[in-house]
Amino acid sequence: MKYVDEFRSPELISKAGEEIRKLADPKQHYRIMEVCGGHTHAIYRFGLKDLLPENVELIHGPGCPVCVLPMGRIDDGLALAAEPNFIFAAFGDMMRVPGTHGSPLEYKARGMDVRIVYSPSDALKLARNNPEKHVMFFAIGFETTAPSTALTLVRAKAEGLRNFSVFCNHVTIIPAIRAILDSPDMRLDGFVGPGHVSTVIGCRPYDWIAKDEGKPVVVSGFEPLDILQSIVMLLRQLRNGEAKVENQYKRVVPWEGNSAALRAMAEVFELRPYFEWRGLGFISQSALKIRASYAEWDSEQRFIVPGVRVTDPKAAQCGEVLKGVLKPAQCKLFGRECTPEQPVGALMVSSEGSCAAYYNYEHRKPVTIASSMAV
Amino acid sequence: MCLAIPGKIVELDAENANLALVDVVGVRRKVDLGLLQDAPPVPGDWVLIHVGFAMSKISEADAADQMRTLTMLGETAAAMEEVRGYGLEEDPPEDYGKGWKQ
Amino acid sequence: MATPAAKIRFREPQIEMAHGAGGKASRRLVEGLFAPLLFGASPGPLGDAAHIQINGTRIAMTTDSFVVKPLRFPGGSIGELAINGTVNDLAVSGARAEAIVVTFVLEAGLPTEILEAEVRAMGEAAEKAGVRIAGGDTKVVEHGAADKMYISTTGIGRLLTGVEISPQSVQNGDKVLLSGPIGDHGITILLARGDLDLEADLRSDTRSVFPLVDKLVQAAGAGVRWMRDPTRGGVATSLNELARDCGHGIVLFEEKIPIRDSVRGACELLGLDPLHIANEGQFLAIVSSEHAERALETLRATPGGEEAALIGEVREQPASCVLVTALYGGSRIVDMLVGDPLPRIC
Repeated sequence: MKYVDEFRSPELISKAGEEIRKLADPKQHYRIMEVCGGHTHAIYRFGLKDLLPENVELIHGPGCPVCVLPMGRIDDGLALAAEPNFIFAAFGDMMRVPGTHGSPLEYKARGMDVRIVYSPSDALKLARNNPEKHVMFFAIGFETTAPSTALTLVRAKAEGLRNFSVFCNHVTIIPAIRAILDSPDMRLDGFVGPGHVSTVIGCRPYDWIAKDEGKPVVVSGFEPLDILQSIVMLLRQLRNGEAKVENQYKRVVPWEGNSAALRAMAEVFELRPYFEWRGLGFISQSALKIRASYAEWDSEQRFIVPGVRVTDPKAAQCGEVLKGVLKPAQCKLFGRECTPEQPVGALMVSSEGSCAAYYNYEHRKPVTIASSMAV
Repeated sequence: MCLAIPGKIVELDAENANLALVDVVGVRRKVDLGLLQDAPPVPGDWVLIHVGFAMSKISEADAADQMRTLTMLGETAAAMEEVRGYGLEEDPPEDYGKGWKQ
Repeated sequence: MATPAAKIRFREPQIEMAHGAGGKASRRLVEGLFAPLLFGASPGPLGDAAHIQINGTRIAMTTDSFVVKPLRFPGGSIGELAINGTVNDLAVSGARAEAIVVTFVLEAGLPTEILEAEVRAMGEAAEKAGVRIAGGDTKVVEHGAADKMYISTTGIGRLLTGVEISPQSVQNGDKVLLSGPIGDHGITILLARGDLDLEADLRSDTRSVFPLVDKLVQAAGAGVRWMRDPTRGGVATSLNELARDCGHGIVLFEEKIPIRDSVRGACELLGLDPLHIANEGQFLAIVSSEHAERALETLRATPGGEEAALIGEVREQPASCVLVTALYGGSRIVDMLVGDPLPRIC
């Protein structure tokens, strides 16, 4: 696969691993946060931790849009779609996320018309093909996905398609990073920046992290070589006492972002004054809602939303794991009451949630594997 | 939020300028080009696909550049060692420093 | 023998789709409800087929049901799946399929031409596989009670000599062989359903694997420790079941696993792991290290086995788990499937 396989070259991965070992000062312990859940997943899927020296530690950040969605929002979405002529459409990622009375797949087993879509435009197509039904698209994602939802709404309005609405749970990444840096328990040395979010917002939004907080940020791609090269670049900055924003993912990320995507978002969305993030509490200006000009296509403006607030079980430590304060295995419920099959929190259900990624790919690896596999 | 795959534009849709057929090693899907309307891609271009929308054009030059940088990892350091050994610091080799380009 | 007082360990209040997906949930249902009530206190490892002795002759018997949507797809249809699936279950337990009986559960309103097409397909598949369809049964249920048609089969076969399949015989150092590329069937079905709007030049790999199994057994005899056809739940689920049953670890070499480009592309696009995708024309074999090379050569020299590969080996660690390693040194555990593989965007 072009633009994929080259960045999985075993030879170059070895070189990058070696460079990291050379750059990492043995007297230092580096704590680097990868913000994006996609990076967390990639790190575990490619076994990249096996290649890092002991003193380079990767901390998982809160960039998993499914993980940070409070259970109440899932309950709300499912409640809205409970009408007989409704179709509940969502990405596969949402299907097993537990609401108070079950996940979308469980609702499907009980008779709700639940469909998995790959694209918001597929949900729009469902509406076109089922004029007697109302299709409600449960939208999730950071700025990577929001423009596609926005454009879909633009198209829905242009077509005058009335049997379609979006239940919008899009969130923005910068407030989440701010919440991490504001957290008193956090000591971080640098950030692996979210590569795909940056194709939309560009690299400028991270300037304050370098200038005001003095932490380097390297916007990174998702292949093994991308992530390793980003760590190389971070270590170089740290060794030189620098703190700036760099773009490792140049082949895809424009420094200024994607103006057409930003325009589409501005046309359709505005910031909510505040939004509840699972594990992080209420964060102001951190989530998107649909503008009044698109009210017809906003499930929340068109229908009555129950507005359920559900608190997580006290024993679940999702918040601390989300902030990187705890490692998944340090949560008291990990692997016992909370497993991918019976998840207590969304971090265990979402494939990019750090708990699920760690549970599925890593935690049963014998400790000796790393040394026996060393290249 | 992050699963996005490179694909090649095979052909633009005859009826809808915003749609294009994209190929990912033999798997094909219609992808919406609406987010790239400021500089629409043409058949033969590679784009990054996320939830059925093209997010960005992939730059062949930047990809090749990155490959060069990665290939040179460790080699520039080795070159420096060699140079020091010969006491020729004042005259570095012609392509010295190329690997450091970010 | 099961007693009326046998207690079930299955705690879930209702049956979900996941219970039929072939992964962990299915296993919970079988081990927690069916086994205690039907197979007694210690049923032993559950295999693809049962071995029965009748007057000194060893016979293998298996049953399976086929529920697939759409009924027809590139490379085959439910009829072929039914015959090949049954033949393969017998083959991987070391038996040559002799006869199959079939039950049809048909939905009222099903057009006759659809039924005819499937029955023809079954006849052709049976002839190709060299197995006799010995009889059958039909039930018709109300419109809406069956998805057009469900097919259930029971097959019997004669055990091949010189081979004794059992997870207990698997040892450290044994090699893992795979007959050909993975994921063709599952991805073909996913694309054929049409919800994802993806197209690819892919066909289901449905076929009888008996000719390959036969040659393998001839070449490696007692060196063949265990076999399975990785259907629902894929290679990962089959090997995890083995790992659990034999207690050893299974290490797979990612770069050795054969997979077609378009299957790989579809998996990357949808965020699926090819190791979890169903196959209908492949089988896994654990072969002793002395026999492995010869076994592989034999498979590759047999028509249909050209892409066979040695994809891994049995090791002590990680015990009862399956580990996939990459050339550059990274590795990951791969577990049994939890429910159906779901596409993801994150």
